[in-house]
Parts: sequence; structure tokens; C-alpha cells
Amino acid sequence: MSDDAPDARPATDGGSASDAGSGAEARPAAADQPAPEEREQPEGRRNLEGIRIDPVVEAEHDSRRAVISALVEDEPGVLARVSGLVSRRQFNIESLTVGPTTVEGHSRITMVVEETDPGIDQIEKQMAKLKPVISVGEVSGDAVTAELVLLKVEADDPAAVHAVTEMYDGRTLDAGPRTITVQLTGDEDRIDDALDAFRQFGILEIARTGQTALARGDTPTAPGEKPGTAGEPTTHGD
Amino acid sequence: MSDTAAQPREDDAEDTDDPTEGGTGDPSDDHGSGPVSTGAESVVAALETAGAETAFGVQGGAIMPVYDALYSSSIRHVTMAHEQGAAHAADAYGVVAGEPGLCLATSGPGATNLVTGIADADMDSDAMLALTGQVPTEFVGNDAFQETDTVGVTRPITKHNYFAHGADSVGDTVGEAFELARAGRPGPTLVDLPKDVTQDETNETPGPATAPPGTDPDPNADADAVEAAARAIEAAERPLCLFGGGVIKAEASDAARSFARTYGIPVTTTMPGIGSFPEDDDLCLSWAGMHGTGYANMAITHTDCLIAVGTRFDDRLTGGIDTFAPEAEVVHVDIDPAEISKNVHADYPLIGDADRVLDQLTAAVREAPDAEAWRDRCAEWKETYPLTYATPDDEPLKPQFVVEAFDEATDDDTIVTTGVGQHQMWASQFWTYTEPRTWVSSHGLGTMGYGVPAAVGARVAADTMGEEDRDVVCFDGDGSFLMTMQELSVAVREDLNITIAVLNNEYIGMVRQWQDAFYEGRHMASDYTWMPEFDKLAEAFGALGLRVDDYDEVAPAVEEALDYDGPVVIDFHVDPEENVLPMVPSGGANGQFAAVEDQL
Repeated sequence: MSDDAPDARPATDGGSASDAGSGAEARPAAADQPAPEEREQPEGRRNLEGIRIDPVVEAEHDSRRAVISALVEDEPGVLARVSGLVSRRQFNIESLTVGPTTVEGHSRITMVVEETDPGIDQIEKQMAKLKPVISVGEVSGDAVTAELVLLKVEADDPAAVHAVTEMYDGRTLDAGPRTITVQLTGDEDRIDDALDAFRQFGILEIARTGQTALARGDTPTAPGEKPGTAGEPTTHGD
Repeated sequence: MSDTAAQPREDDAEDTDDPTEGGTGDPSDDHGSGPVSTGAESVVAALETAGAETAFGVQGGAIMPVYDALYSSSIRHVTMAHEQGAAHAADAYGVVAGEPGLCLATSGPGATNLVTGIADADMDSDAMLALTGQVPTEFVGNDAFQETDTVGVTRPITKHNYFAHGADSVGDTVGEAFELARAGRPGPTLVDLPKDVTQDETNETPGPATAPPGTDPDPNADADAVEAAARAIEAAERPLCLFGGGVIKAEASDAARSFARTYGIPVTTTMPGIGSFPEDDDLCLSWAGMHGTGYANMAITHTDCLIAVGTRFDDRLTGGIDTFAPEAEVVHVDIDPAEISKNVHADYPLIGDADRVLDQLTAAVREAPDAEAWRDRCAEWKETYPLTYATPDDEPLKPQFVVEAFDEATDDDTIVTTGVGQHQMWASQFWTYTEPRTWVSSHGLGTMGYGVPAAVGARVAADTMGEEDRDVVCFDGDGSFLMTMQELSVAVREDLNITIAVLNNEYIGMVRQWQDAFYEGRHMASDYTWMPEFDKLAEAFGALGLRVDDYDEVAPAVEEALDYDGPVVIDFHVDPEENVLPMVPSGGANGQFAAVEDQL
């Protein structure tokens, strides 16, 4: 459509039903409308999280580590649903563990994620939409966390390996002429320290379960979960 | 269900007089009451109990037991030419009827052919239940003939999907899936039905179904949050409503109209929200976004209080997020908490059903915002940035003119379906929508080929509701039409009164437009001069085929098509070079829309 195109053929005659609603004559041609740079501009902006940049309440979010615990129905595919959600929505996840709870038919999924606060909020809300998820939430900051690690090192100096294993309250699961396999448990810092200590022997293989967690004291681990009883976690709708 | 219906049907129904009766007595009210029925009969009984009236599908080996049970059911089955068509028809049926659509397919390729339609329903939050046949349970996982992991394939594109585990429970599973599809935020569900499950006998009768716990949330928003939002609305100087598809799904159009009119608040909609608010109302600025009106995009750029209802702030609406309604406090009403602050931060999140929350807001606002100057400004933008197109003597027929001609010739309750592309944009821009559930399109997924099967589904829905007088007009593109036009055979067989207006520009036109704007005019694979003659093709199908090349042929062809009793295809040869404008380039600022090409 050229700028100087002659206007009107039958097109906009005769009570056009178009949105302009004011007949052909009243419609300025598109080329006669103010160009983008001639239009009034707002001064405000939003950041990439869609938050209005307000000089008064400037909102910037750094990512942080969070432990998310979910009670789920133990049905086929539940893990695929959760892991599929995490990958599809590009959530940054460090580990994911699954295991039974005190209630038959219910499992607990524990995820460690590295996300901004809005990202953590999205993970919780998107997980809550999955039908088999009964309850989900972030475990409060001082949660009890632990991880299990199996570690295979070279057995050149069995006594030294044994000493380091003792130092970190580990257990020797297998000792052969060439390798020693050790089990370690603890929170992440302790595991990292232990791995540093074992490095001197030559680490051959590692298998880590990832962190799992429970809230301290009377605080429920997943929202609505009743602590200290033989189960009865609340069902959906909390 | 009498025992005879459970017998294998060996001779088929080739010469039966009336296949709907099948000679098994009254099929309507005794499902499952007998001592023994099959899993398939239990499935059909559950569907009937849930209120399903119509199914769209394609037969095949693993789904045969279900089809056999449908033989003596009150549910009308519409055989489609392709499973994708079945899914789109079911989707559109649901949009028009306000009930979940129902589609069926066999295992393997039948199920995978449904996938596009399921994904489309998922993106547009349309309630739909898909039933797929599956190989017998003992073969699952063995790569049997026509085996696909349908539950795995459709997991990310369904609200929830189920693998049926036995004839005893399959009816309840199907009933729950149907209810889940329409509970809370609607969406597609699927039940995969291994053939042994549908063939096995059971004594169990499916009961009345409900959605699973926790999936049908409280419709009311928190009262304190409503009060806070009401105060923000009262204080606004430039308030603006943004009504999304959720308004229509929640049957909240009346509440939306009442709210905006009571407080004199201008209205924009999203594309799926078209019809929630009448576009001929003075307050209405039509829809915002990439190809929305200039005045809607100006208003959304300058508002200081955006009351967004039932929208997920899709990128085609927001443009670049940094410049989206950058000065607005956002009141966001949605039934799905996960949509709150997902793309745009909500200052006032109101989680609940759009209809209820709009009523709550209408009651809570004590005083209309002082917005007279703002309304004047919006009216000024309407004058300054109207939708427009030129019709020079030396250029071919303009597609926008065709859309306007149909709009003028039809009533307000006319249902418009579309494919995806330029024609879809013109159909949404140059038609004045005034009622909900009259605009049926593929928004989120952007599925070319949606239009024809959607017209079939929409027509069947209107007829089922006793609204045979409503017109159904499908605007399609040449590329879109070619993708699913086989469903025209269904429209002919079922004698469906639909008019398909192909806006044929011999291009996959939106791509051509982008190539001209962003790829230096290099028309790679966008040239569609190789199209068949659609009017002749229509005749071959047994439909009425017309061809239009010039302005003076438009009105007579439109009239002939609308008067014709049965499906019509009009091949409108329109200007290949016409572009969709205005346009906000991807990631651009809504207020900086290009009114003409050289502003891109």
C-alpha cells in the first residue's frame, strides 16, 4: 500500500461495520497517523520479571537456594510429571529426591532449586496444579537437610582412608585390594568438606542422592502436613 | 444395557436402516444396571451421565470397543476425516457450547494425530476430553503394532491424563476426566484406554463424577484483597479494563459489561477475549497486542490502573515486557494462582472465578474513578488511529473488504472461525464482535488449519443447541485451508451450513509479510502460487464452490453463500501484497506500533 494511494473504492462506503465506526471520510489513512516517534511516551518501565520499576519500591531479585517439599500421591508417572514440569519451565534445579512417607500411597518429593523469589513462587504454584500433588511449599530456612553419598577411592593407603572415613562419621561398605567404597551422610557443607578430604586418595566414582529435608520442630514440612503423627497429611485444597 | 449390545458385532451395520437405534431397545437410562457390562459400555455410560452429547473422532483397531458401545448410545458421533480435525472440532464445539468437547482416536497414529488439537486446547484453556485407544495392557511397553506412549506424549499438553487400569474403574476415570476438563481453569484431559480394559466385563457402574479434590477452587477472591483493589480503582485517573478469554469461559461477560459501564472504565480485550465486551460500545477500544488497534495499544501504554481479568499476559499481547503498561498498577483477576505475577507483576492479585470476582469488585468500588479526561483521551486515540485500509483502483481486491462484507450481511450471533495467519488478523480486526462465543480461533498455539474443522465443530454445537439459524463463517487462508480441507467432506456428509471464505493471496502471507519487513524481501518457501482451484475442489467434495476476483462480485457471492443450504467455499483472490497493520514488532513497545510498513 503506497503512501499516496488514492483512497476509496467501494471499500469503506456504505456504513462500514469496521471498528472505526465513523465512516470512510472520517478515517485518517494509516500513513497520515502520527508516526511512532511523534506519539506521547510514558516514562515508566518494567523489569524483566514484569515488575513496575517504581522509584519508591525498587524490586530486584537475586536467585537463592530453596528447598521445596511436596507431598504427592504415589501413582505411576508422578515423577515424570514433576520432572517434566521442571524442565519445560526451565526451572533451575540442583537435586530431586523421592521416597515414601508415613502414609501409604503418599510420597515426598524434595527439590533443591536455585531461583529468584518469583521463580520459587512459580515452581510452587505450577507444582500445585499437578493433580497428584497434594501439598507443596518451601521448607523454612533452617530445615534439617541431609544427603547420602557413596564414594569409591583408590586403596593405596587403606589406613588413611579409614581415618578420614571415621573423621566424617562415614562407613566403609566395601574394601578390596584396589578400591574402597565409603558411605557418607550429612548436610551439603559437611559432604563438600569430606569430598575435599578424600580427594587426596584419588576418587574413582561418586553417587550422590541429592538433598532431602524436613522442617524443624512442629513446623510442617509441606504446607498443611501434620507433624509428629502417623501421617494424616491434609489433602488438596489447603 | 442389554447383553446383546455386549456381543461382538461381526457383520457390521452396512444395511441397517437406522444405525442410531440398532435394535437393542431403549439405550438411554439403563447403562451398567445389568449384572455385566463391558469397560467400553462403562465409558459410554460415564460420558452420558456427565452430559456429553456429541463426539468427534476416527475409528481404529484399539478404540473399536468404545465405538461399538457408542453404537447404541444417545451420544451423536461425527466421523471426521483426520484425528487432528476431530480434536479441533471438539475444541470449537466446546467453545461454542460452553461444555467440554469430546474427541476419540485409536492408538498410535490416531493418538499422535490428536496431539496438535490437544496442544491447541491446552494453550487456549479450552475444556476437552480426548479418549484414545491403546494396545492391550499386556502388550504395553513392547512396541506393539500401533503402540505409542500416549500418556507420555500428551503429559505436557494436558491438564492431566490418565491410563485406564481396569474395566471396573474405567467409567469413573472417564467421568472424572470429563469433570476435571471444565473444573477451575479449563483445559484438555485425556484417558488412554487399553483394549483389554474396554473389552473386559465388569459389574461396576460408574457413579456421578466430580473433579478431583483441589482442582475446583473457591470462586470468590479474598475479601480484603478485593477491598484493596477497589481502593486502587477508585483512585485511578487512567483506569483500563483488559478482558481476556477467561471472562468468556467463566460466563462473566455480563458481569464484565456491568462493571465497566457502572464505573465508566474503557475496555480493551485480548484476542481470546473478543466478544466479552461489545466492540460497538463507546467504552470499547477493541483488542490490544501485536496486531491490535492503535487506540487499544495507546490506552494500554498509558493506563495507570490496569484491571486485567482472565488473561495470562501472552507475549503477543504485552510486546516487550519493559514497556507493557509501564505506569499501571495491575489488578489481576484469575482462577489460576500460577498466572498471578507469572509474566506481569500483579499489584492486586485476585484469585477467583471471573464472574464472581467482577461482581465482588462492582460491589466493592464505592465511587467511580474520576476518568472523564481519560475517556476523552481514549476517544481521541480512536479518531487518530483508526483501523483502515486503502482500495486503490490499480490494486486487487482487499481482504479486509471481504470481512466487512460478511459482517454487514450477517447477524450479531454469527460464529466466526479462522485458521492462523493474515486472514485471522483481518477477521478479528474488521469484524465487529458483540457477543461471547462468536469468535472461535487458535490463539496460543497458532495452529494453521484450525478453521475448517472448527467450523464443523461450531456448526454442530449451534445445531445441538437448537440454534440452526445462526450463521457459521470460516475465514481461512490458502495455506491454512490446504492443511485441513479434507474436513469439508464431513461438512458435506452431515449437510452442515457453513461458509468458508478463503482469503487467497497465494502466499503463506504472514510469513511473506515478515520476510518483507525483516528478511529483505527474500520469499523463501512462502510463495503459494501452486494452490489448487479451491472452488472446483469444493465442487469435487460436493460443496458449493464460488470464485471471486473483484469488488462487485463480493456482495452477490456472500449473499449466495449465506442463502445456500449446505457447505460453501468461496475462493476470494485478494491482493497478495496486502499487509496486516498496525503491527507491534516482536518484543517492541505497544505504543510504538507501526501504522504503515516503513515504520517497522
